[in-house]
Amino acid sequence: MRLLQVNKLVVEFPSRHGTLRAIDGISFDIAPGEILGVVGESGAGKSLTGASIIGLLEPPGRIASGSITLQGERIDQYSNDQMRHIRGRKIGAIFQDPLTSLNPLYTVGRQITETIQAHLPVSDDEAKQRAIRLLQDTGIPAAAERMDHYPHQFSGGMRQRVVIAMALAAEPQLIVADEPTTALDVSIQAQIIGLLKTICKDRGAAVMLITHDMGVIAETCDRVAVMYAGRIVEIGPVHEVINRPSHPYTSGLMASIPDMTSDRERLNQIDGAMPRLNAIPQGCAFNPRCPQVFERCKQERPELRPATATQAACWLIPGGAV
Amino acid sequence: MSSQALVVAHDLAKTFDVSAPWLNRVLEGKPRQLLHAVDGVSFEIERGTTLALVGESGCGKSTVARLLVGLYEPTRGGLRFGGQDAYAAFKSPEAKAMRKRIQMIFQDPYASLNPRWTVDAIIGEPLLEHGMIQDAAELQARVAELLQSVGLSALDMPKYPHQFSGGQRQRISIARALATAPEFLVCDEPTSALDVSVQAQVLNIMKDLQRERGLTYLFISHNLAVVRHVSDKVGVMYLGRLVELADKHTLFANPQHPYTRMLLDAIPKMHDTGRARTPVQGEVPNPLNPPTGCSFHPRCPLVTERCQTERPLLRELKGIKIACHAVS
Repeated sequence: MRLLQVNKLVVEFPSRHGTLRAIDGISFDIAPGEILGVVGESGAGKSLTGASIIGLLEPPGRIASGSITLQGERIDQYSNDQMRHIRGRKIGAIFQDPLTSLNPLYTVGRQITETIQAHLPVSDDEAKQRAIRLLQDTGIPAAAERMDHYPHQFSGGMRQRVVIAMALAAEPQLIVADEPTTALDVSIQAQIIGLLKTICKDRGAAVMLITHDMGVIAETCDRVAVMYAGRIVEIGPVHEVINRPSHPYTSGLMASIPDMTSDRERLNQIDGAMPRLNAIPQGCAFNPRCPQVFERCKQERPELRPATATQAACWLIPGGAV
Repeated sequence: MSSQALVVAHDLAKTFDVSAPWLNRVLEGKPRQLLHAVDGVSFEIERGTTLALVGESGCGKSTVARLLVGLYEPTRGGLRFGGQDAYAAFKSPEAKAMRKRIQMIFQDPYASLNPRWTVDAIIGEPLLEHGMIQDAAELQARVAELLQSVGLSALDMPKYPHQFSGGQRQRISIARALATAPEFLVCDEPTSALDVSVQAQVLNIMKDLQRERGLTYLFISHNLAVVRHVSDKVGVMYLGRLVELADKHTLFANPQHPYTRMLLDAIPKMHDTGRARTPVQGEVPNPLNPPTGCSFHPRCPLVTERCQTERPLLRELKGIKIACHAVS
């Protein structure tokens, strides 16, 4: 059974100038233990997708239609109180900046034990032992002493380890990680990605990894969804999406990343920029920037359908609707 | 040292005083504390080429950038620009002439443009400030030309920065830097705030401009793939010092310093899905209290006793410069 199913999710922001559609009918699912990458440029809607799943969509943003199902249970219309029992217990969250996701006034130990006891019926002592074990598992040296330290006494990489420990504290089956390594240096980034991968594998937790860094996706994920202007334009196994992309946006994106192997004088560039939410073009949202645009792209919006090795939303792909 | 190099930095150092306030020092007996942000960095940049500086946060690369444009005064060392002593020039009545030749592009295009100024005011300011333009019509024409050279249009002149996307703003920054027709551009992480497809646009423009105008760049970045794309020579910095300085192809094909190797290993490889990276051990130490000897020794796989006590100097080795005891 699928762990998480997102079906035709639409997120809207009502504004004075009409309703803005930030996420426009996206569907995907995550299997237990799977790592799904969500990649896209700023404004593509990847963080909003994550926020909708963990129920932290900021008003006036709201889920206008569609459904989110976790282990057969629909959670998209849950109240804040109901979501509090899901968050932490069933879905853990890791955010970009570890300094803002920890409370600077409490010791790290207190924050982790609090999370454990909020969700699991364990004694103070047991909670403390668990917290120490979690810190050890995330690779923090001298974990027992570090319990009494405050977040500012940790370095950036160590803080992100604490955040991961906290996200895993109540043994959730799904972790939503929103740009977990963006604020870190490359050498620390490699440590954190490696940790996230092994620790989730050991515990059988699935991960939804949101990032703009294709390199991180490549080495971490099983499958990847590429987002553009609030929609998924391509989704498939990570190897196929990177090496045999079918959507012109995905191939353009791949070619614009400077890599360590080729010696190109110029990088391939996608001209223009992602459209603003109040000016999403008719038809395919990518059509003004697409090098292979033709008449149909400007009229009708393509849906995801099976392509060479992935699923892509593009009229270039032959065949009927899915 | 060759005399043709446009920029010659010699033993540049910058120390910041980060001591507690005087009263606390007296009452609590706290000592003075100095932060050696840049600790003796020497390099040359040939005219028309790009030197890239890479390193992790806190290694002093941005401080080097600020030293080169004269935003900071060095604690020690000197800078020769086109054969002239740059710091002497910055203090003399010729300061403006020197500043005209060295310009800077900043990291964050949202913070480096005044939101209340229109684009023509932003780009026109250096022209007026340096007295390069006399009348309004000439100014308009020159600004329009600058905008076109970075792929924007003359119609953008009356607009404000908020009407542009991140990539377009960075182009406005570049146009402003080019206004005084400088010879040397210091670019401090010019694309790290941009999305990859936009980053490609900006990097391409920078390369085109370098070809057309023979510009010299100091390019600062933490992204090794970007550095590999734009640079001719690369300097790797660690805790305020250069640990390796080499030609781009040599450095990437055959990195010598253990830190450089570690950094290269840490880059995610796109077409190598599922490959486990060799994670770098440990973290950058506190620069207030750097390790003795070679400051990289606590993380180094090749560490010997000598590394813990004696600080390696940057020396020539088979055409590159390296500061390491273990490599020979």
